[in-house]
Amino acid sequence: MLMSFFKRGAVAAVALAGLTTAAFAQMELKIMAPAAPGGGWDGTARSMQQALTAAGIAKSVQVTNVTGAGGTIGLAQLIGAKGDGHQLMVNGFVMVGAILLNKSPVNLTQTTPIARLTAEALVIVVPTDSPIKNAKDLADRVKADPAKVTWAGGSAGGADHILAALFAEAAGGDPKKINYIPFSGGGEALAAMLGGRVTAGISGYGEFEGQIKAGKLRVVGVSASKRLENAPDAPTLKEGGVNLELLNWRSVVAPPGLSDAQKKDLSGAVEKMVKSKEWAEILKARGWDDAYLASAEFDAFLKNETTRVEKVMKDVGLVK
Amino acid sequence: MDTLLSLANGFSVAFEPSKLLFCLIGVFLGTAVGVLPGIGPALTVALLLPVTFKLDPAGSLIMFAGIYYGGMYGGSTTAILLNAPGESASLATALEGSKMAKAGRGGPALATAAIGSFVAGLIATIGLAFLAPWLVELAVKFGPWDYFALMIVAFVTVSATFGDSPLRGLTSLFLGMLLGLIGIDKLTGQARLTFGVPELLNGVEVTTLAVGLFAVGEALYVASKRWREPEEIIPIKGSLWMNKQDWKRSWAPWLRGTAFGFPIGALPAGGAEVPTFLSYSTEKKLCKYPEEFGKGAIEGVAGPEAANNASAAGTLVPLLTLGLPTSATAAIMLAGFQQYGLNPGPLLFAEKPDLVWGLIASLFVANVMLVILNLPLIGLWVRLLAIPQPWLYAGILVFATMGTLAVNPSPVELGMLFGFGYLGYLMRRYDYPVAPMVVGLILGPMAEAQLRRALQISLGDPMILLENPISATLLGIAFIALVAPFVMKGLNKFKAAED
Repeated sequence: MLMSFFKRGAVAAVALAGLTTAAFAQMELKIMAPAAPGGGWDGTARSMQQALTAAGIAKSVQVTNVTGAGGTIGLAQLIGAKGDGHQLMVNGFVMVGAILLNKSPVNLTQTTPIARLTAEALVIVVPTDSPIKNAKDLADRVKADPAKVTWAGGSAGGADHILAALFAEAAGGDPKKINYIPFSGGGEALAAMLGGRVTAGISGYGEFEGQIKAGKLRVVGVSASKRLENAPDAPTLKEGGVNLELLNWRSVVAPPGLSDAQKKDLSGAVEKMVKSKEWAEILKARGWDDAYLASAEFDAFLKNETTRVEKVMKDVGLVK
Repeated sequence: MDTLLSLANGFSVAFEPSKLLFCLIGVFLGTAVGVLPGIGPALTVALLLPVTFKLDPAGSLIMFAGIYYGGMYGGSTTAILLNAPGESASLATALEGSKMAKAGRGGPALATAAIGSFVAGLIATIGLAFLAPWLVELAVKFGPWDYFALMIVAFVTVSATFGDSPLRGLTSLFLGMLLGLIGIDKLTGQARLTFGVPELLNGVEVTTLAVGLFAVGEALYVASKRWREPEEIIPIKGSLWMNKQDWKRSWAPWLRGTAFGFPIGALPAGGAEVPTFLSYSTEKKLCKYPEEFGKGAIEGVAGPEAANNASAAGTLVPLLTLGLPTSATAAIMLAGFQQYGLNPGPLLFAEKPDLVWGLIASLFVANVMLVILNLPLIGLWVRLLAIPQPWLYAGILVFATMGTLAVNPSPVELGMLFGFGYLGYLMRRYDYPVAPMVVGLILGPMAEAQLRRALQISLGDPMILLENPISATLLGIAFIALVAPFVMKGLNKFKAAED
């Protein structure tokens, strides 16, 4: 057992070796990813760690994972750390829904919003041999009978689910009747799509990219305001006549009860990071779109999104 | 021939000194974290991701794959020696492995696990190299109804873990399925049986239940009867190594385990648990010494261990060919690919043949390194059992607690661990088998979600289960496996009456 402790130390040492490159940085930060390692929030937290230290903005950054309940357990911990100016938590669109769905006793208005960082448009796809050619065809089907259109996507109440509901609404169907099938992770949903068993699938563009390029899936519409840079052939939903926009955004928030100076320090550090070339490199490599909004604008945006998601979740019957 | 040529090219990449070094670091770390309950390969790769950002992509991916394979090797060690399966895939290994260890046969148990993993890893990696494109076509054809039918087959085979009383076995199984209902319902997002405790929203962690029932329960049970009828642990009896008989009894289970593990691992929702259960019950049925099952039969270690390693190679099939991650580690490896701007999928084999084939070739290398690294360690590991009992079990309790807290630092989780531990003690005391409960927790929620997905897709028509050839066949197998023993019994009675 002693051996294994030693080895565990070695793992940590290897991990730490990468973090101590900046000599003259000031801040020591803790970034919490309120999810298990490997997901989008975790990836964002670790990318921030990498950019903050490599650009010399922070002396050390520690990433912690607090799993559970769509991130609301992590959120409760963050809110408990009132007044701590050295902590950040990654969150995003999905957490807005999870808070409502889990009837969480804490919510995002209790945090100090720091910045919106990235955003990813979702795509709606169909198998290549499907008779549905564009967003209008799909909208017609949904309007005719929403229950007969099967949707495959990520977890219940997540961004994919909400897009399906908004689509039904925009098409003139009853969002309460949509037949949405949540799969664990995009992987299984992708298999269901390739097997041609569901009418349409929803996910981030990146997850379907390989199959779209290989000609197995066809893009019906992208949920952004304009076409994606890396997929100029894929039309937006708006072009297809469905007036709908939705971005799966990610952001960082800090504990409540910060002094103005603390708040300024944290937003300053994040702003510096967003403008660093290290961050730009990471965004490029990961295929994330920069969607930076500074503290005040993000605060307003967050309030807007919360109202919107709340309405959709009530329409779909996820929240009473 | 193309495949052979590409593979030869791959080996020339894998044998570059720097790649060999990455591979060695990978398997070393993998074995270490596999031995520790709590820290798994997924977390390790996640920790290393930012560090490897600037490294050469092929090298770091080779290291990640080494960690993944190594983790599967290391997982069996605690299951066998301490009866503490650190991950759900080594649950079946613990059943017979820990009994062997107590009888002084920990050496052969660890050896058959290591060599079985080697054989399975080797065959499955060959399968990955040659069958991947074909297998993946088949795998995406697997619909929710087929998964449901596969779960039903697995459920039927659980009876192998029941021990003497089917009634007690079923009680234990249903308790596990009840626990499986706790948490957010995957299909509607609504909370079930959480009683307002937010920590319960994610459901009961399989490892918490397994470590609680197995390790903590056992420690309490041993402590409770220490003064009355102390149980004797024999550290080493006979050879530390496998004898001729052990080899003879191990090779077929290795191959059968691989045959279960690789294809099921390649299914997008197949996982590593189902093939280990299937392997365990198959070996129990086929074994020439069925009376040894439950007392430490080497087949019960050899089969499941081969199955869980083969499934690890299976997971790489959808990852490399479709970009589908089907396990937590695979998901992080996918993030690893993406950090280098590589998108696994149909195009990767064409665009980056060096990288893909180099990775596959280094899996062979990793396998060889692992067996060389692990076999000499066996002698060291079994000495753990020579530690006096009170110390050993106290150590297990500390270890189990730390492992659970490392995964999820919350008082509720710790409370659950010891709650399950006490339950495990009671079940042992009143002679209820504990394994079916864990199996119920694993299979119950999977079967439920797949059945409901199937019905949602068919718009509520249950015939979908019988209309599809794969699910119909699997359900047929399950039905035969269920009724055959009764029919045979009836026939025997009939014959006896005639005499």
